[in-house]
Amino acid sequence: MIQHPGVLALLLASGLVTLLVVAAAGLGWQILRHWDQHSGTESQLALERRTYLVSALLSLALGVQVLSLFLFIFTADGLHSQFVGAMCAAGSLAAAPYGYTTLLLKVGTCLLAGAWIVLHRADIRAYDCPLIRPKFGLLLGLAPLVLAETWFQTRYLTGLRADVMTSCCGSLFGQGREGIAAELAGLPPALMHPLFWGSLLAFAVAGGWFLRTRRGALAFSLLGLAFFVIALVALVSVFGLYIYELPTHHCPFCLLHREHGFVGYPLYATLLGGALTALGVGVLSPFRGRTSLASVLPAMQAKLAWTALGCAAVFTLIVGIWALVSPLRL
Amino acid sequence: MIELAQVVKTYSAGLATPYTAVAGVTLDIPGGQLTVLKGPSGSGKTTLLSLIGCMARPTSGRIHLRGLPPGLLPQGADADPLEITSLPERFLTTIRRRTFGFIFQQFNLVRGISVLENVMLPTYPTGEDRETVEARAVTRLEALGMARHLKAPVDRLSGGEAQRVAIARALINDPPVIIADEPTAHLDSRLSAEFMELMGQFKGAGRTLLIASHDPIVHDSPLADLVIVMRDGQVVTAP
Amino acid sequence: MRPSLQRHRSVLDFALSSLLRRKGRNLALTAVYTLVVFVLASLVFFVQALKHEAGELLEHAPDMVVQRMVAGRHDPMPASQVDAIREIRGVEEAEARLWGYYYDPVYGGNLTVMASPDPTLLPGSARIGRGVARNMRVAEGDMVPLRGYDGLPLLFTIQQVLAEESELVASDLVLLTPADVRTLFHLPEGLATDLAVKAGNPRELATIAAKIVEKFPDARPILKAEMLRTYEAAFDWRGGLMVVVLSSAILSFIIFAWDKATGLSAEERKEIGILKSIGWESGDVLLLKFWEGAVVSLAAFLGGVLLAYGHVFFFSATLFEHALKGWSVLFPRFRLIPALDAYQLTVLFFLTVLPYTAATLVPCWRAAMADPDSAMRS
Repeated sequence: MIQHPGVLALLLASGLVTLLVVAAAGLGWQILRHWDQHSGTESQLALERRTYLVSALLSLALGVQVLSLFLFIFTADGLHSQFVGAMCAAGSLAAAPYGYTTLLLKVGTCLLAGAWIVLHRADIRAYDCPLIRPKFGLLLGLAPLVLAETWFQTRYLTGLRADVMTSCCGSLFGQGREGIAAELAGLPPALMHPLFWGSLLAFAVAGGWFLRTRRGALAFSLLGLAFFVIALVALVSVFGLYIYELPTHHCPFCLLHREHGFVGYPLYATLLGGALTALGVGVLSPFRGRTSLASVLPAMQAKLAWTALGCAAVFTLIVGIWALVSPLRL
Repeated sequence: MIELAQVVKTYSAGLATPYTAVAGVTLDIPGGQLTVLKGPSGSGKTTLLSLIGCMARPTSGRIHLRGLPPGLLPQGADADPLEITSLPERFLTTIRRRTFGFIFQQFNLVRGISVLENVMLPTYPTGEDRETVEARAVTRLEALGMARHLKAPVDRLSGGEAQRVAIARALINDPPVIIADEPTAHLDSRLSAEFMELMGQFKGAGRTLLIASHDPIVHDSPLADLVIVMRDGQVVTAP
Repeated sequence: MRPSLQRHRSVLDFALSSLLRRKGRNLALTAVYTLVVFVLASLVFFVQALKHEAGELLEHAPDMVVQRMVAGRHDPMPASQVDAIREIRGVEEAEARLWGYYYDPVYGGNLTVMASPDPTLLPGSARIGRGVARNMRVAEGDMVPLRGYDGLPLLFTIQQVLAEESELVASDLVLLTPADVRTLFHLPEGLATDLAVKAGNPRELATIAAKIVEKFPDARPILKAEMLRTYEAAFDWRGGLMVVVLSSAILSFIIFAWDKATGLSAEERKEIGILKSIGWESGDVLLLKFWEGAVVSLAAFLGGVLLAYGHVFFFSATLFEHALKGWSVLFPRFRLIPALDAYQLTVLFFLTVLPYTAATLVPCWRAAMADPDSAMRS
């Protein structure tokens, strides 16, 4: 294992998040079993207090997860020089098993934790805690995911071996190993362009429809999620090329470097933020019928929907402008 | 205005045997009047006050509030009378903030900050505009003759002055109901009479007053419309 | 101002006044916290600066060095091998280097003696690095004796002491003319110590290295990239090692923080009870505790980072240098170039603020859950 301070920080953060989420899940399980809104006994009051703790634990866990997502990518990027053929984080992630798995799991836990927070915020605005059961059900589902992420990340980080010289034998790593592919497969622009613009249109239309009529929340949410996934793929396959000014450079991580103006940050932030908010809209839609939520949910969903659409707009603006001003022509 | 039906409050956490502070109280507190709860210490007066004032939830029984200002709960839970017993803490606190003003026996002022800050303190979590609140606080303090002490630290105040700060704080959100727990316990006769005069003014302004006291100056006062005697967690004389 | 923003502002205000009302306790906590951040930050900055330096130095190192191995040990290379390697396609330049290690028994310390092609260096003269000058207590114009292979001393006049900027790479260096080097080490003409190779296209280096090994199985090519990797790994490893060693200190700090958070004074408990009784709900008190923690963390983090920055870049990390730079008689003295970036700060944040927040979470929550009517009952 590479004993880099960043690696140690990641392991620590991962352990911490696992602790927080497992503790929250344990409390959640108790709350699920004994919750009785109408009782005034001390045990019920104690359970109500526990919900504050669970929400605090999960808010911290979500914050840490989002930060650790970036930290993970940065550490992988910083370590790339330790592996022959690795030019950036993409190479480091391929240098040991489970690199990309960890990344996907991290994003997944971020999204789920975000969904929990959306549910929680809706729940506390209603006077009879209607979403207690769905909330803690989700939490019980989140816990194993977090455990899995920690396990995979630990396996990945401990599996990294730097390609360093040993004192007396040859050091021809270039020969022994084929260059680690720093490129992800890119889909052809002819396919991606219509897919991207089409899904953007569908998303915008669904958004307009939803905001006007307050119907079709689930469709909006699904279209939104689809758009952001397509946008990510499009970024790697097509838009990134304009930013790199190279028709073959399909790396998702080099965008975060200084030489490209750190443009990766706003792009990934809008993708993550947009996916989170679109998911939030969908997560709330099954509960439109509850009376206590009737006045709360539409406003919340509208706010989330605007944010999701805003993120999509910012993303499109950035890649669009870059594509126009870039000297590359595909 | 406030209706209690078979309210019971039992404390069991951390105790060897559960202790029942309020054992089945059924009561109607009328609006716009001064009601006094009379009884020895341990009779459950303080607990009953905290139950009425939305500070605690009864172990069993129901409490209804009637005649609340409209739009108190924006989520459509508005019903008149409003049943508060199964509301979560968040909403209970909102109701309490807008409906009840408390004057505690020990005054419960935060030491180390000024008089003005103490009076403004209840409004911090609401995010209300600071300047508006400050203006209101100053008005209340001036009405109580405390204009000179606005920036003074509360540690230096006399008993009577501290109580007036506590009263100003209780009034900061302009609540329709004022609850006082043994207000004259730390005051001499003169100050006690002044306190009752103040209460008379509030009653004249249309507020509902609920005072727990075993001081004759309070429960024998001509201002008291209703005196309820309590013993061992139960009401001894019915209204 | 929007209500949610004003709420945060008011609660933050109260949090600050709350912290100041218990100065002694909070100052002690902040001081320890700052110390922990300081130690970790110094470590992280120092390792980063060393890596940066190593990278800068190796900028000017040859892309590839080829050495000849005999029985697993480095041996001088014959001129024929040098010429053959020069012929390989892709090789732009191949310079035969002449150098060796010299152990000075009088003052201790291993010197690196190297041949310099610079015509201004006179025969019988030497250019020496600052470390050598310090160790042997000599300056320009003095004479130093170096013992040749046959035990007879050779006298060299110090023509120049190398500039301060070169300390890190040239501290232990002694530059002589090629003829003098051969005399000192008894290296006959036709033998070179090793070969510095420059490739026309740097991407071809691995291929060229393969060709060299194919042609001369006793050759060992060392790529600059590999040296850089190894240095980085060594610094990383040392840095990580120290973090692990310091983890016990971090752990003690966490326990200390947790203890402080749990041990609320009666005064504090009363205050929370009062807040709950006048209309603050649990979430608001939690927010208060959050802001208190945030202020302390921010103060400690900033303070620790600033102090560490000064420590490392102005005082050259006097507290750590021995553990991190390695043990040697000839220690180069050098000023580290300040290099700070968001990544390091994030790592520091993860190693200090995060554990602190997690440790104080449950005690703060417990404190915030006080009954509103506890203030009435007391």
